[in-house]
Amino acid sequence: MNRTELYAMAQAELDRQQKFRCRLLCCASTPCISSGGTAVYEAVKQAIEAEGLQAEVEAVATGCVGPCSRGPLITVKMEGREDVVYEQVTPEMAARILDKHLRSKPVALDDKMLPADWPFFVKQKKIVLADSGTVDPEKLESYVARGGYTALGHALREMTPEEVCEEIARSGIRGRGGAGYPSGLKWHMVRKAPGEKKYVVANGDEGDPGAYMDRTLMESDPHRVLEGMAIAGYAVGADQGYIYVRGEYPLAAKRLEKAIRAAERRGLLGSRVLDSNFSFRIDIRMGAGAFVCGEETALMASIMGRRGQPVPRPPYPANKGLWGGPTLINNVETFGNIAAIIGNGAEWYASFGTEKSKGAKIFALAGKVNNTGLIEVPIGITLREIVYDIGGGIPGGRAFKAAQTGGPSGGCIPAEYLDTPIDYETLQKLGSIMGSGGLIVMDDQSCMPDVAKFFMEFCMDESCGKCTPCRVGTVQMHRMLDKITNGTATMDDLKRLEELCLMVKESSLCGLGQTAPNPIYSTLRYFRDEYEAHIKDHHCPAGVCQFGAKAV
Amino acid sequence: MPATSPKKADAPGGHPSGDPRYKGIDRVLKRQQYQQDALIEVLTSAQEAFGYLTEDVLIYTARQLKLPFSWVYGVATFYHFFSLKPQGEHSCIVCLGTACYVGKSNEIVEALEKEFNVKAGQTTEDGKLTVTTTRCLGCCGLAPVAVLDNQVLGKELPETTIAKVKAVLAGAPAAPSAAKPQTEEETASA
Repeated sequence: MNRTELYAMAQAELDRQQKFRCRLLCCASTPCISSGGTAVYEAVKQAIEAEGLQAEVEAVATGCVGPCSRGPLITVKMEGREDVVYEQVTPEMAARILDKHLRSKPVALDDKMLPADWPFFVKQKKIVLADSGTVDPEKLESYVARGGYTALGHALREMTPEEVCEEIARSGIRGRGGAGYPSGLKWHMVRKAPGEKKYVVANGDEGDPGAYMDRTLMESDPHRVLEGMAIAGYAVGADQGYIYVRGEYPLAAKRLEKAIRAAERRGLLGSRVLDSNFSFRIDIRMGAGAFVCGEETALMASIMGRRGQPVPRPPYPANKGLWGGPTLINNVETFGNIAAIIGNGAEWYASFGTEKSKGAKIFALAGKVNNTGLIEVPIGITLREIVYDIGGGIPGGRAFKAAQTGGPSGGCIPAEYLDTPIDYETLQKLGSIMGSGGLIVMDDQSCMPDVAKFFMEFCMDESCGKCTPCRVGTVQMHRMLDKITNGTATMDDLKRLEELCLMVKESSLCGLGQTAPNPIYSTLRYFRDEYEAHIKDHHCPAGVCQFGAKAV
Repeated sequence: MPATSPKKADAPGGHPSGDPRYKGIDRVLKRQQYQQDALIEVLTSAQEAFGYLTEDVLIYTARQLKLPFSWVYGVATFYHFFSLKPQGEHSCIVCLGTACYVGKSNEIVEALEKEFNVKAGQTTEDGKLTVTTTRCLGCCGLAPVAVLDNQVLGKELPETTIAKVKAVLAGAPAAPSAAKPQTEEETASA
């Protein structure tokens, strides 16, 4: 396929879509499927058939729309009218939705309708998720009709690899996996690294509890990730890509597999991409359940079929990665941004976000908040806007206590910083990190030492055991936190805990151990009084911890 | 044709026990061209066929990929996904991700442990039910979440989970609608 044929394919699909008077977009991502989305989709298809509307109405199973707690969701798209989104759709509502919109019957459905000016939608800036919720993830044409693969064509024909790297650097995008390393710099490094065979790896491991943006992106818009990877392959001179999908995400793997096959069949991946001299293959590698495999050197070991244990850096993967070749590892979400940057230009992208952190970031909003789900907001938005405008506040009108970002490597942001802008630097100053984007809201019913213990238990379980500080240190830290939360600790224990935190942080081999003490640090920093209440008064201010009779 | 048959017998593959499930492993081995880096893929498909990884399977895989047994064993025990013990007829996985934790999913685990007299990660004595925990299934919007025989249950309470597990053990299909995984397959293939 060449570019003319690509445009023709897009036009043909657009013409086909135009023929329908109405398109019903049913969300088919995991959260909606779990709450009964498949039955709803079937019911919609049946209702269309029963009424003989096949020529006028099309039902499409799309990717994630966003407000996951309100699923299953259906979007009604009609020519010349504003989109209407229905929440908590049941199979029996399918016929009524058709009645209301196509037969113009007065059907009372307003209580299930999400308002058009709902802050959850209005306050977002969707770049990566722009098409998720409208495209059919299992259909290549659907993505092409939205302008898919044109950025790849543009890069292949009108740009040199160096220019592509330069464009990414100018856009100011930083790695979305958590650490925020400037992507352009990394691309340049891999491009310049000497080596015959180079690799591109998309990290879709996402072990952070409370984060699921990578899965949603792979499920909702797989071609966007593939296109980003292909552009990266061209830019750094690689002809082989791997996408490492977490073992718990079978649906994402299935859709990616399907997308890769479809793209290869049409000549958008594989040999001679878009009739150019560039060839690029992508293979899927499934993880098998190990948090540490999110760390890049461990991830590479896992791709090569070994135990996912990290190795010391340098040499960095950019110089010596998979099978010794230079390897570009980026997060799936980073690759999701690439097509938009090449397509719209670096300046366009750099116009969003703050001085040092450009673009938008996807967050998985969860915990004690009214609207949970997936949001993409410009970097620099305040936490208050996320929690109260987009999230709709705390259920039951309770008080906001803290937001936990960055999973087990992150920290908590207390209520007094609700109005600080969220970007890489600010979060770091507050003792937290952006992380992959999990954002868990906690109300006054959460006990902070208990939260720290929860994360320490996670790190203890997930430590790969290669280096001693992490293997032994996390167990000891967990033991001390356990003593604190059951009321048998002394102030001396707290002091030793802090010393141990510093030791583990300074001497661990990889990111898992280095960041494992972060939840303790940040809860100690803002909620020290809670720790002291546990130790001195044997009292849990949040009423979570059980002390029993043994407290002395 | 006759020329190929002795070759087939010599070719790597074919377990002496003649267990047909080894054929599935052979297929994966062949598709991966006996590449040693495909170890995790081979083990994954072996676990799908056998339900868990028997010692025989590990030895067989090691031989076929020409890897030391310790290497294969090391990989099989490193990843949480692999199990070296037989699993129960039914499984109930409770999510212990942060959002579920904030929603008190640990109480669900405790209730299950008490009700069915089994520790998390183990199988009941009659081999009917395996209770396990996992770190985040990514259904945080529905927290707390449990998975009963591949059926995701959202917004759970200890009582509701126990009731659903009991129903499944009594022979009922996994709630709320057992047809779901099937229809999902159908829509995918359609």
